[in-house]
Formats: sequence, structure tokens, C-alpha cells
Amino acid sequence: MQRGDSERIEITISSRFENIELVQVIAEHLCENAGVDEDGSHWIGMAVREAVANAIKHGNKLDVHKKVNATFDLNGAELEITISDEGAGFDPEKVSDPLNPQNLMKTSGRGIFYMKTFMDQVTYSFQPGGGTSLVMTKNLTGGSGIASTKA
Amino acid sequence: MKATTRSVDGVEIISLEGKITIGSGDTQLREIISNAINSGKNKILLELSKVTTIDSSGIGELVGSYTTVTNRGGKLKLLHLPAKLNELLHVTQLITVFEVYDNEQEAVSSF
Repeated sequence: MQRGDSERIEITISSRFENIELVQVIAEHLCENAGVDEDGSHWIGMAVREAVANAIKHGNKLDVHKKVNATFDLNGAELEITISDEGAGFDPEKVSDPLNPQNLMKTSGRGIFYMKTFMDQVTYSFQPGGGTSLVMTKNLTGGSGIASTKA
Repeated sequence: MKATTRSVDGVEIISLEGKITIGSGDTQLREIISNAINSGKNKILLELSKVTTIDSSGIGELVGSYTTVTNRGGKLKLLHLPAKLNELLHVTQLITVFEVYDNEQEAVSSF
């Protein structure tokens, strides 16, 4: 696959932690096939890992009967990743800043921070009947690694 | 995740290998630290050169381990950080919390 091609991949998993890696590997391979280097692909894969882990743990509350859907849309150098769960949603405004000194030693609360660090944009939408969709975008020509992923 | 342990000059060196991620390595790390502390070992050096992946849960467990050991009057330090973990500790500003070493003897002597 050459950069400039378009590609759409979709996978649905049950809410088990061991399935996280399946989705992460798809993200990494898609990025590598699109010409992203190993480090850049790794960090995008990590963002996907965090999104799927949140969907399983906080969204679907580890209910294996509930599904997590991941869609990867690659258009040219623009990658859009959507992770959807069947949970009740949450208030993104109430997510604390892990860099705040009073939160630094907390053992949780860094997942969304990871996603925002590794991707260009992260947005949420909540369906009235339940279910959360997280959309992350990344321009694959923007370089790789943490330092170059954040403007 | 695999873990092997050895003692050098009273310092428990715990070498971790593989993934420290949600649902597997994270809980294992908690147990390993808990076992060490409960057996009276409170000078702990985590050797991390063979850690391949660490997610936010794994980072959280590193923080939790540090707090557990410190609260019991001990010290927990890190040895041989892989490049990606080093970057993560910088971006989360946790690099300001942990003492990190590249040389084992130097790390052992620092306790």
C-alpha cells in the first residue's frame, strides 16, 4: 500500500482485555503499510490500546456480552480511528489532568492523556440510548514519536 | 510478563520482561512488589531493559509500586529504562519522581 491510497478496516471484539492486542496490531500494521516508521506506528498503536482498554473497562464494564467496535479509515495521509462501546458514557470535562501535581502520583487516569499526546485530535460522542464513540485522527505525514506528535 | 529476582548487597533486583499492560502484567507487578515488601525487602531495583510494552495501567502500577514501597519506609528505583518507557516517563512528568540508573553497580550503591 502506498501513501495516498485509501483503506477501511473494521473489527468487532468482545469486552476482554486479551482482545486489546488484536486491535492494536491492526493499527500498527496499517500505519506501517502506509509508510509510518516503527516508532510512529507504535505510538498510534498505544493510543488505540488505551482507547480500547477504556471502552472495555469503563464503557462496557468488562461485560463480555458487550462489544467494542474499531474502525480504521485511511484517506491519503489522514487516519481516522473510531472506537465505539455500549456503555453509558462519561463527562470528558470531569477527566482530571494527570500532569497536575496533585494527580501525579495517582495510579490511574492517564489513558486519555496518552491518546491526546499520540494523536492529533480526540473527540467523543455519546448516543442517547447508550454507547460512546471515540474518534481519533492523525496525519501520518506529521512525523513519528511523542515529541513530534503534539503541536 | 516474566520476572526474575536476585539480591545484590541487600538490594532486591527484580528484572521484568515482556508486557506490563492492563489485565496481565499490571496485576503481576503489584503482586511481585507486595511479596517483596511482605518478606522484608524494601530496597528494590526494577530492571526494565526487557520490557517491551507498557501502557497507562502499567505506568500506574509503577507509580503504585513506588508509593507502596515508600510508605513502608523503603526505596524503589529503576534501572535500564527502554527508550519508549523513558519517553513515557518524560511525557507524564513521572521522570521527576523516579530515580533512574543506567549502571547496576551505581544503582545498588545508591541505596
